[in-house]
Amino acid sequence: MDQGTWAVKVGLAQMLKGGVIMDVVNPEQAKIAEDAGACAVMALERVPSDIRADGGVARMSDPSIITAIMKAVTIPVMAKCRIGHFVEAQVLQALGADYIDESEVLTPADEANHIWKHDFKVPFVCGCRDLGEALRRIGEGAAMIRTKGEAGTGDIVEAVRHMRTVSGEIRKIQSMTQDELMAEAKSLGAPFDLVQIVHDTGKLPVVNFAAGGIATPADAALMMQLGVEGVFVGSGIYKSSNPEARAKAIVEATTHYNNPDIIARASENLGTPMPGMAARSLKPEEILAVRGW
Amino acid sequence: MAVIGVLALQGDFAEHIKLLETIGVEATEVRLSDDLRKIQALIIPGGESTTIVQLMDAFDLTAEINRLVKEGMPTWGTCAGMIVLAREITEDRPKPLGLMDIRVRRNAFGRQVDSFEADVSVPVLGEKPFPAVFIRAPAIEEMGPDVEPLANLNGHGVIAARQGNVMVTAFHPELTQDQRFHAYFLSMVSGS
Repeated sequence: MDQGTWAVKVGLAQMLKGGVIMDVVNPEQAKIAEDAGACAVMALERVPSDIRADGGVARMSDPSIITAIMKAVTIPVMAKCRIGHFVEAQVLQALGADYIDESEVLTPADEANHIWKHDFKVPFVCGCRDLGEALRRIGEGAAMIRTKGEAGTGDIVEAVRHMRTVSGEIRKIQSMTQDELMAEAKSLGAPFDLVQIVHDTGKLPVVNFAAGGIATPADAALMMQLGVEGVFVGSGIYKSSNPEARAKAIVEATTHYNNPDIIARASENLGTPMPGMAARSLKPEEILAVRGW
Repeated sequence: MAVIGVLALQGDFAEHIKLLETIGVEATEVRLSDDLRKIQALIIPGGESTTIVQLMDAFDLTAEINRLVKEGMPTWGTCAGMIVLAREITEDRPKPLGLMDIRVRRNAFGRQVDSFEADVSVPVLGEKPFPAVFIRAPAIEEMGPDVEPLANLNGHGVIAARQGNVMVTAFHPELTQDQRFHAYFLSMVSGS
């Protein structure tokens, strides 16, 4: 029996496909998420919009919150550590978290290096804004990628930008000849072997979800139609007026992302979405997506 | 030739379809009950069983799948699919369809850090062991007299079984390059 292999790390992400991963801050919210059909939850102390509002240093959650949420639900429980904070990651692995998000939503612990994720048995998901960033994280051992978007805003524009960037760069690599790939790897700052795989297969070598700004069923379906394989919803659910209904509606719209009639029905009578803030209105120091490289 | 439907509500349905297509079989996604009219066999893939059951209920698939499987449609559940097809599970959710006489424990091997790969012996597939990928996998705790075990894992009991037209595996043949389990399922389809 071989544990912690690449196949089982990537495999769990494959099981999450077509699903919605929801941010939750306590066992009650986790249960609501599970009942609504979430395929996993992200256990947090504060959702991103509160982290944004509170300011200060955002760190890994109190382990007691994570373990209480793990006890409350049977679906996978993910948790966030700071970029480069490998001891927080060791703690999350020891707690039994099912996936670690090395996340720009928390304050980075290392501005030069991300965690060397191959050393862990637990799989990691990391954010990206473009293909080079995605392939660097996969090179370090991330078994799942998410486009970063701009967390805690409820504004989908950055998630769209990041996904369109990744897809466009993949199409460009696919159309290149073999002798152009090394120069492209240099320009992307990406490992050559992964650039080769993208050239040969036309896709990322791991599952890719969208994150950062999804607030409505239509937002989730938009990202799915743009080619992501599932979505993370953070502040969008519990900062809305009717979390139960909205959670369920986003799950339904993610499954039936190509069916506008179902998305329309799912979008009815959900109450007020999270108020949100335009990503364009953020000051440069308030932008989370630029954390990490 | 038979068309194989893969329940495409959530999970790794694309991997099943891709593997079926590489062996020259027509496979299609099943998301709504109308899609069930086009198919002669059904695969319920890996994924989260609570999510899959929730969406089956929300989109009126439960009763129709129940009817078709009881009428003899060849059906195969991998991992979450095994939970969905069981008579009973040891946890309070989700509510399984009760189409196979087995009691299943979810996450029987532990959390993700306990997920593993192992080569297992599956006599109906021949002598060569099958590369099995177990991801937060369930296990069969108890089975009725009409259920035929297809594979065991040392110390963990039965991990693949068949009862007439219904087959379950606790692991994911769709995540491997080995086509033998899918070929075996096709033999159930052509024999039905």
